[in-house]
Amino acid sequence: MPDNLSALDLVLTGDPALFAIVKLALLVSLSAVLLAAVIGVPLGASIALSSFRGRDAVIVFLNAMMGLPPVVVGLVVYLALSRSGPLGSWGILFTPQAMVIAQTILVTPIIAALSRQTIEDLWLEYRDELMAMEVGLLRRLTTLVWDARFSLITALLAGFGRAAAEVGAVIIVGGNIEGFTRTMTTAIALETSKGNLPLAIGLGVVLVAIVLAINGLAWALGRAAERLAG
Amino acid sequence: MIRFEEVTITAGAVTVLDRLSLAFAVGGPTVLIGPNGAGKSTVLRAAMGLLQPSAGRIVRDGEPRRAIVFQRPTMLRRSAEANIRYAMAGVDRTRELLALVGLEHAATRPARRLSGGEQQRLALARALARDPAILFLDEPTASLDPASTKAIEDMIRAVSRRGIKVVMSTHDLGEARRLAGEVVLLHRGRLVEAAAASRFFDAPQTLEARTFVAGELLV
Repeated sequence: MPDNLSALDLVLTGDPALFAIVKLALLVSLSAVLLAAVIGVPLGASIALSSFRGRDAVIVFLNAMMGLPPVVVGLVVYLALSRSGPLGSWGILFTPQAMVIAQTILVTPIIAALSRQTIEDLWLEYRDELMAMEVGLLRRLTTLVWDARFSLITALLAGFGRAAAEVGAVIIVGGNIEGFTRTMTTAIALETSKGNLPLAIGLGVVLVAIVLAINGLAWALGRAAERLAG
Repeated sequence: MIRFEEVTITAGAVTVLDRLSLAFAVGGPTVLIGPNGAGKSTVLRAAMGLLQPSAGRIVRDGEPRRAIVFQRPTMLRRSAEANIRYAMAGVDRTRELLALVGLEHAATRPARRLSGGEQQRLALARALARDPAILFLDEPTASLDPASTKAIEDMIRAVSRRGIKVVMSTHDLGEARRLAGEVVLLHRGRLVEAAAASRFFDAPQTLEARTFVAGELLV
């Protein structure tokens, strides 16, 4: 990206480097949210429907993990994926895959904790009916996840917000390599460190606009679908 | 079909049912009456298997298929017909059941958007979808207007004529007179009197029953 152009110029001129950064940032964050949803929603639902010794401690731990520091996650993933680490043979350090792994670790506790709360609330409402219908555990889980789907969108959006805004982990495991692992947030960090504040601010505005647009779209689709389903 | 033998149920330090013995046999509707806190809902939930006795036992001959309509039924977040289909045992009779409760017009509407009376009728259809031999109804007309109450009572009679044993609770004496084949009066978790409806209303045997039938407060 040329330093003397503002972000608005880059957007208006359809700068390919900017669009590559936006595309990669979205790809990494959305992939991480998808993976985290696949892990976090069933995990949260299982905890919501379970009663076991230490359940409260698990819930406190899960809630605490929502505030996991990104740089710590980045460091742990870096150590795991580095050549001498246990997963070094995968050879994916400083690749988008490594960034997805780091962000998935950050986002999973958010989706799991919010899903647990949402599904537990719905379970309290449904419990008598489902028990009276002698619904088995697996069907209970799928029923609750399905019926809570509109509320769970909020959990996914919270996860996406965390992933999209995150810089510490992806810069450690991605390396901020131009044209390969540079995302919106790492580009903003770089431009700021170079003193190119107008461009950094402009990129920040573009990032916020994208996050707003995705949240707005998801909210509108969710509300429309909820009106149809009741 | 179902027998309570010296059943006691406690909730914390409170005894909700106190050594209760009674039986629900094949026949016309059994109506549980009594003031609030008498233990009517607890009897229904225990008979369903949703509550376990802390003493005594509940015997279910041949484990008859059971269903219940709660006082405030919870509709699943889906359409009226999907709510029925969810509970369906065996062949899909969704259309037939919607017709039985007069909700064909609302089949695809979200269940939670239906009126209170419509939701109660839908809950009845959903319970019938389980093809029960015995149907428990917990104050099924509480907080309904007279038209909705009449509709529900007509359906209860229709269900009973189909050979399904109905056990319901109410604190509405008029409703008990209109529907009951047998009346069970509970007070403070204890059985006060159980008798055929005509005998109960014409010649109550206990002071509590006479008080209740006279429309005076039983405290």
